[in-house]
Amino acid sequence: MTSFFDAIMVLLILTNLALLGTSRLRTCIHICALQGLLLGTLPLTTTIELISFRAFLLAGGGMVMKAIVFPRLLERTLQDTHVQREVEPFIGYSISLLAGIGLLGFSLWLGSRLPLPSMITSPLVIPVSFFMMMVGLLLIVSRKKALTQVLGYLVMENGIYAFGVAISPEAPFLVEMGMLLDAFVAVFIMGILMFHINREFDHIDTDRLSVLKD
Amino acid sequence: MNAAYLHLPVALIFAPALLSVINRIKALFAGRTGPPLLQPYYDLAKLLKKGAVYSRTTTWVFRMNPIIGLSAVLVALAFIPFAGSVAVLATKGDIFILAYVLGLARFFLIIAALDAGSSFEGMGASREAQFSALTEPAFLVGLAAVSRATGGLSLSEMYGALSFQTWMSIGPIVLLVAAAFLIVLLTENARIPVDDPNTHLELTMIHEVMVLDYSGPDLAMIFYASALKLWIFGSLLVGLVLPIHGANLWLDALAAYGGMVIMAVCVGVIESCMARLRLLRIPQLLVAASSLSILAFLLLLR
Amino acid sequence: MLIIVAALHTTLTAGCWIVSPPSVLMGWLMLDDVALLFLSITSLLFLISSFYAVGYLRRETEGSRPDFEDQSLFVNAPETRFIACLLFFLSTMTVVILSRHFGLFWVAMEATTLASAPLIYFHRHHRSLEATWKYLMICSVGIAMALLGNFFLVAATIPAEGESVSLVLDQLIQHNNGFQIIWLKAAFIFILVGYGTKMGLAPMHTWLPDAHSESPSVVSALLSGALLNCAFLGILRTHQLCVAAGIQRFSQDLLLGFGLFSMAVAAVFILGQRDYKRMLAYSSIEHMGILALGIGLGGEGIFGAMFHAVNHSLTKGLLFLTAGNILAVYHTKSTSDVRGILKILPLSGILWITGFLAIVGSPPFGTFLSEFTILKAAIDQQQIGVAVVYLALLSLIFIGMADIFLRTALGRQSIESDNDTVREHALMVVPPFCLAVIVLCLGIYLPSAFSRLLHDAAQILGGI
Repeated sequence: MTSFFDAIMVLLILTNLALLGTSRLRTCIHICALQGLLLGTLPLTTTIELISFRAFLLAGGGMVMKAIVFPRLLERTLQDTHVQREVEPFIGYSISLLAGIGLLGFSLWLGSRLPLPSMITSPLVIPVSFFMMMVGLLLIVSRKKALTQVLGYLVMENGIYAFGVAISPEAPFLVEMGMLLDAFVAVFIMGILMFHINREFDHIDTDRLSVLKD
Repeated sequence: MNAAYLHLPVALIFAPALLSVINRIKALFAGRTGPPLLQPYYDLAKLLKKGAVYSRTTTWVFRMNPIIGLSAVLVALAFIPFAGSVAVLATKGDIFILAYVLGLARFFLIIAALDAGSSFEGMGASREAQFSALTEPAFLVGLAAVSRATGGLSLSEMYGALSFQTWMSIGPIVLLVAAAFLIVLLTENARIPVDDPNTHLELTMIHEVMVLDYSGPDLAMIFYASALKLWIFGSLLVGLVLPIHGANLWLDALAAYGGMVIMAVCVGVIESCMARLRLLRIPQLLVAASSLSILAFLLLLR
Repeated sequence: MLIIVAALHTTLTAGCWIVSPPSVLMGWLMLDDVALLFLSITSLLFLISSFYAVGYLRRETEGSRPDFEDQSLFVNAPETRFIACLLFFLSTMTVVILSRHFGLFWVAMEATTLASAPLIYFHRHHRSLEATWKYLMICSVGIAMALLGNFFLVAATIPAEGESVSLVLDQLIQHNNGFQIIWLKAAFIFILVGYGTKMGLAPMHTWLPDAHSESPSVVSALLSGALLNCAFLGILRTHQLCVAAGIQRFSQDLLLGFGLFSMAVAAVFILGQRDYKRMLAYSSIEHMGILALGIGLGGEGIFGAMFHAVNHSLTKGLLFLTAGNILAVYHTKSTSDVRGILKILPLSGILWITGFLAIVGSPPFGTFLSEFTILKAAIDQQQIGVAVVYLALLSLIFIGMADIFLRTALGRQSIESDNDTVREHALMVVPPFCLAVIVLCLGIYLPSAFSRLLHDAAQILGGI
């Protein structure tokens, strides 16, 4: 089972790298959905002894949200705004990939410095969640489009979710649902805002949002 | 007697057959009958019968290249473990010998292409140099990961230590390295997502353009060397993915040769299903392959 | 509607001063002294702002109108949505303050971001859109960091063997010797960075000037006076844990560093600032820095920080509401185009000057007392270096703000006074006036009940 868990972790890493190397917005969204799907299986793998109803619900909720609802929302936005399909990075794809590898090395190092709590099923969890957070940040920083920034935010959120699921199988249900709901509303509002930005400026390039500065 | 002494001549004889398997698969996908299975051998025989023509602008570098290339690949082949047996020339650290011997062949290929004096071939040479610089990290780091996983220092030790147990314990990592090796194999052997072995007059091709000026026995040597190269990379990949050995010598050999055929079929399928990538995208693919290798290595370093 | 709810909320809060309510939901929601203090601030500020908001909304005309900076047309968001978001904002902030569970706290904190984003985008023009986007993006990312911090906290509570503890604050504090210190430290760093983003500590402050300057003045007042405090509360709660685990030295040093850095950044940007609402926003950053500094100094500084939180919220409310009046008449936020407020808007002008004196911490006001307490704490603890830097930055900010405030308030009037537009409605002046009176009162006389509350709150946070 641990090997299965590790396999999911490695797959998560791969989806992140793929996100860094992909040039199509739509593909990026799909990769993000895949990532959500992988994350959704995590609660099922951590509680091996008994797959409780709660874990099941959590997995289902997470999967529906992260693999279906968010990508749908983003795709709708993509359609409505008629933007170019390219990602338009500030940093080239290959460099992004290499940066991703560098970040992975860093997070592995960081993970090895922190002691493992006994609850954690796999020693990979901490580095992977660090890595996903950093990839999310990298996506936010290095891509022009508002849409990719939202994707970056989602990836970050996913990383934290992975950590949370792995570390606290008995975190209160209410809180988990609250987090999902928050993320949902955040993506929803960001989608609306993107729509407005597109209508107002005819583009969603955030680097051109530069009126307000000192 | 070491089984490797048997595997080596088999490789020498059957390496061109892999090419015909690939061609057969491609023909099957395209709905054609395809050339006969012995076609590569007919080609070789035909080329050997002809005389060579040399351009007046070329020097000895151009003439030396096929010989150096073939002998380098032959030496490299002697380091490759097959079906779990210890290779003929196995020593500690032969990963590097392998890489540098192949690098030597590539170096001569490139300068010979430049020596031909045609801008067309120079273009191919520059591409070859760029892409091989990008595949080498993927290849070497991937081998380093395997070495780390198995604790072996020579290729034969490494591949001898691989088994299905490895798949059980570090399956994801083996898969990563295998994926990286597959990309390396496709690149090094000028296969489709990177290069198209069938075209000779396209601006985007790499390997074929460099050997345009060769003819006769020289071309036969180059052709044969590239078939052997496919065998080398193929056996590294197959040894990684199908580490069956230890039970019975014949069974091992059967599994390994079967694996080679499957590998050739896979390459054929890939060639049939994919279009060649845009030239600008190729470095990205290769960096991705390096990333996979590095990822595997990092995961093992923990 | 707005006023009714606000009044109800305030009444309930006032009720809490008399009877302390029991904890509900297994201790997830509870009102301790710190929470009561922050709740009172929020409630009071919201009540006063809601009066102002009614007047504000009455002034805002329907339909599209030209933007005063580049003449592009824009419309306002529907009024009902504005009010709904305002009320939702209030409720989420209340949950934040009352929450004793770190997970719930986080959920509510993210909800405040989401509730306030449409508020900032009330004027639907491109600058407010940009500000909203930055606000939403930066704060969401920041708060996501804080979430990771929360999970680290979970990791910290899991001892090598044995069962874990839930994230309710009281249980965590009782658990004090079972922490894994390195995880707790990591958690504190992440929560400090995360909620610090929301609180506007430099260098995570970049959203703050944009959001504060582009949102309607009522919203700016609430953001600055109430929301920043809520985020601060998140850091305080974690600090409480650090105190319980005996690593307050570590957390205090971090807070001290961030505090001083925020003040320095604010000082640099206030000097020569050309937009008076942005200047107020930077001043918020400065005061958040002072709060962090107070906690970082510990001892009496914590009392000072608590007191300063109250003073700053009220004063900043006063200033933003007055700035709203000025903006409504002058139609510009540029400091060089606004002259002679005292002549055109006599009452607002007086409030403007009063607010200025209060915000820089001049003697008769409460801010003087609280800033002085923090200074005293620094000197008491032999941290002369900190005290000197603190004073130097305060005086720099004083110079920068004095320049802007005095130039805008005095001088020849820069626009024609037209009696029709320049009428100061009661709803525009009375709310900030109330705030000014309260700040002044706090400076002159500290009611014993209030002072006891401050002391109790400081005690909870490990001060004296």
